[in-house]
Amino acid sequence: MYELVVIGGGPAGMAAALSARENGIKDILILERDKELGGILNQCIHSGFGLTTFKEELTGPEYAQRYVRMTLDENIEYMLNTMVTEVHGIDEDKDNCIVTAMNREKGLFDIECKAVILAMGCREKSRGALNIPGYRPSGIYSAGTAQRYVNIEGKMPGKRIVILGSGDIGLIMARRMTLEGAKVLCVAEIAPYSGGLRRNIVQCLDDYDIPLYFSHTVTKIHGKKRVEGVTISKVDENYNPIPGTEKKYECDTLLLSCGLIPENELSRAAGTQIEKSTQGPVVNENLETTARGIFACGNVLHVHDLVDNVTKESVIAGQKAAAFIKEGIKDWGEAHPVKIPSKEKNTIPEDMDRSCQMICIRCPNGCLLTAKKGVDGEYEVSGNLCPKGKEYAINEMTKPMRNISSIMSVENGQGPVVSCKTSSEIPKGKIFEVMEMIGKTTVKAPVAVGDILINDVAGTGVDIIATNVMDKEG
Amino acid sequence: MYDIIIIGGGVVGCSIARWLSQYKLDIALLERSSDVCEGTSKANSGICHAGYDAKTGTLKAMLNVRGSKMMEALSKELGFGYRKCGSMVLCFDENDKDKLVELYDRGLKNGVEDLKILSGKEALGIEPNLSKDVVCALHAPTGAIVDPFTLTVAMAENAAINGVTFKLCHEVTGIQKESGHYRIHVTKHPSLTDHEQKEYDEEAKIVINAAGLYADKIHNMVSSAKISITPKRGEYMLLDTTAGSFVQRTIFQLPTAKGKGVLITPTTHGNLLVGPTALDIEDKEDIETTLEGLSEIKEKSVLSAPGVPLREVITSFSGLRAKLTERCDVINPDDLNKEGDFMIGEVPDAKGFIDVAGIESPGLSAAPAIAEYVSKIVEKMTDPPLKESFIPQRKVHIPFHNADNKTRLEYIKEDPLYGNIICRCCMVTEAEIVNAIKSPVGATTSDAIKRRTGAGMGRCQSGFCNPRVVEIISRALNVPQEAVCKNDTGSEFLVNGKEDK
Repeated sequence: MYELVVIGGGPAGMAAALSARENGIKDILILERDKELGGILNQCIHSGFGLTTFKEELTGPEYAQRYVRMTLDENIEYMLNTMVTEVHGIDEDKDNCIVTAMNREKGLFDIECKAVILAMGCREKSRGALNIPGYRPSGIYSAGTAQRYVNIEGKMPGKRIVILGSGDIGLIMARRMTLEGAKVLCVAEIAPYSGGLRRNIVQCLDDYDIPLYFSHTVTKIHGKKRVEGVTISKVDENYNPIPGTEKKYECDTLLLSCGLIPENELSRAAGTQIEKSTQGPVVNENLETTARGIFACGNVLHVHDLVDNVTKESVIAGQKAAAFIKEGIKDWGEAHPVKIPSKEKNTIPEDMDRSCQMICIRCPNGCLLTAKKGVDGEYEVSGNLCPKGKEYAINEMTKPMRNISSIMSVENGQGPVVSCKTSSEIPKGKIFEVMEMIGKTTVKAPVAVGDILINDVAGTGVDIIATNVMDKEG
Repeated sequence: MYDIIIIGGGVVGCSIARWLSQYKLDIALLERSSDVCEGTSKANSGICHAGYDAKTGTLKAMLNVRGSKMMEALSKELGFGYRKCGSMVLCFDENDKDKLVELYDRGLKNGVEDLKILSGKEALGIEPNLSKDVVCALHAPTGAIVDPFTLTVAMAENAAINGVTFKLCHEVTGIQKESGHYRIHVTKHPSLTDHEQKEYDEEAKIVINAAGLYADKIHNMVSSAKISITPKRGEYMLLDTTAGSFVQRTIFQLPTAKGKGVLITPTTHGNLLVGPTALDIEDKEDIETTLEGLSEIKEKSVLSAPGVPLREVITSFSGLRAKLTERCDVINPDDLNKEGDFMIGEVPDAKGFIDVAGIESPGLSAAPAIAEYVSKIVEKMTDPPLKESFIPQRKVHIPFHNADNKTRLEYIKEDPLYGNIICRCCMVTEAEIVNAIKSPVGATTSDAIKRRTGAGMGRCQSGFCNPRVVEIISRALNVPQEAVCKNDTGSEFLVNGKEDK
């Protein structure tokens, strides 16, 4: 018997569990199906996380590791490699929730608890759901699957790549594959704008001269065994392909970044109502689903743009679940529509004067900056919402700098690679030299977050540091 | 020297192998692909037809009805997916009603049981999602759905257990008649566990041509009476299991002057299948889907059921039917060899060479009966004694996904790998994947694993489990992950090295 069972050990699950603990709940159990806590953040090795939660820019694994640390420090119990197969809420017959789970050691078992928090995250839309015609060869991956191959397994899913969809994952993977030596031919986006952040269009595509075609989609996949090419067509305002606009790209891989869907198989089976617009459970103002005692937060409730917002929502779920456990069942109240910020519709202004204008990449705002030399010879910057913008613009005009994230081979580790990053910015022109150094280096397990893996990489004065932990094998 | 060589590891070849494995015969099956069930057998409607469709007095009618009657017992004996869900043919126009009655009468003549013509209202009473435009319908309670993957694999595994040698990645490139036997030229293609490519000869006293789309090519190697097969492509859309109970039965449309309709059917995996289109093509490998084909499915399926939830599509695919466009005489016990029928029998100018050609619909339904029929032909040739050691059953576990919690717990206790879910959508465990690799005629590719276990068949279409399945294959067969393929060599998932810039 536990007071609270949290399903999912990603950012949502850990934040919810920690928040419940802070609100006086002692017996908490997190069930995680993967072999480690952290969820999808473990493969999101790029930076851009934590600006509101921690007031600094972290990589995905670093953000996750901070919560893993807190979870361990708070002695919150968790089970890894454990899959939940069923969840039951409180009803007339039962005063408690029941979670059925399974793993290799314990077999299949029921856990009784006062409340459950669903934090299973979301999944990507597949090629089939997009109904793209053509052959069915290998080499078609959702961007997240490719990301797992590259960043967790240290494997390359392809060399010549076309990406469909300009959501953030697609943009991030365009850069990531390029850094690992693949050639990304283009990113096609069916909408006339990108759902990804402007800063990502700049630092993931523009930096590497990868073209982004708005109002374009893939209309044919070629190749019987492995992808040999894709045809891309322009679409009209109703997203229907326009005949005669076909362009064929020879490539071995098609990556799809066409949207995420909350993963609610368990929630549905538990009898919770699902909201059509979000594909997540209907909840009241306490984030309780229509199955009593079952709460939901994070991407299982609706797809969030930023992990910081997942954390914020999960803290509330933890508080509310704690109150429920302490105070008992009350009237459910009314359904409370989840507030979803309107979808980003980003483009890079076509009339931007690239000799003095740029999009700031320092934070998700993506300000359009103008930097002009004043009479005193100093740059005057306009368009920035904060001082970081000014610094960025001046740097960009004089010595453009970038942070990069990658992976490094590990010897004797539980996994083949560990994620890493530059300890501070390096000159943009040094990116591939630095990547080559990282590629040549192998580190011995164990590795801790912040460990220096390469000192003064490529004479930049900057170190390569680990952004995740990697324990020894066995 | 083998007693018998079967060419082709589709549902027909594997069923024949299984049937003949009860005799004291030395048998090998040659298949050019990396797995059985790689051609027409893997991409079809998965229907076990009741048998009212085929013209009375044909092999198609006889073997369809016989196969359909054998299928349920076989599914229990061999452990493959089967459900007698019934089928319905919809008629939307009073003027077409006589065509429906014609089907009914033909069904009676063919020996189909329990056929009934329903009024539009009666039809809607048992299938409420059907169109209000249905004026009447033919109901066949003996119509069923069958899993073509596990059916084929079950036949192959059972044949292998009973002594048939399966040679995958073995392509027949030529056949020579010699005195009393055949010399078969074979190209052995590289496979995951054996990289060697070589050309060599096999010898057999009897050759059975079950080469599907390529049965013409194989036939023409030995006979002067040439035959020809034209592929007819059919495109399908597969919908999520959330749409699986949209209809309870297989819903056909009565063919009209406007053409043959499409079907909507539940599948044994719990999905909803919609299709197929029908297009004559030339390329026997052309299994692409097209914008036009997918639109046609949409247009036609809504006629049967306006609310068919096509938005819940999880994948689309094409299959090729082996349509015989030029045939020749063959010798069979019933002297049946008419235009439009299956072509099964000994080739007159090639003694000991048996054609099993032109097996288009209802080939899947008929497969067990075809095997039985071919066994009879073989019996006449050699009169082989039965094996006492023949094991008719295939031992299978209920899939973890379908097992109750008590059984699941027992599974995990027996093998802890059952405690590790690899495919989240279809709840396939690591143990089931490892077993599929270790089984007779074992899986070596991710498609082969998909067919045997269902891993990757769900709504995420292997987005989650693909890296894990690749890793398990690599570990179990001791090969690098970069060598693991989706199906044949050339369909590797991962690449070595980097793009030259």
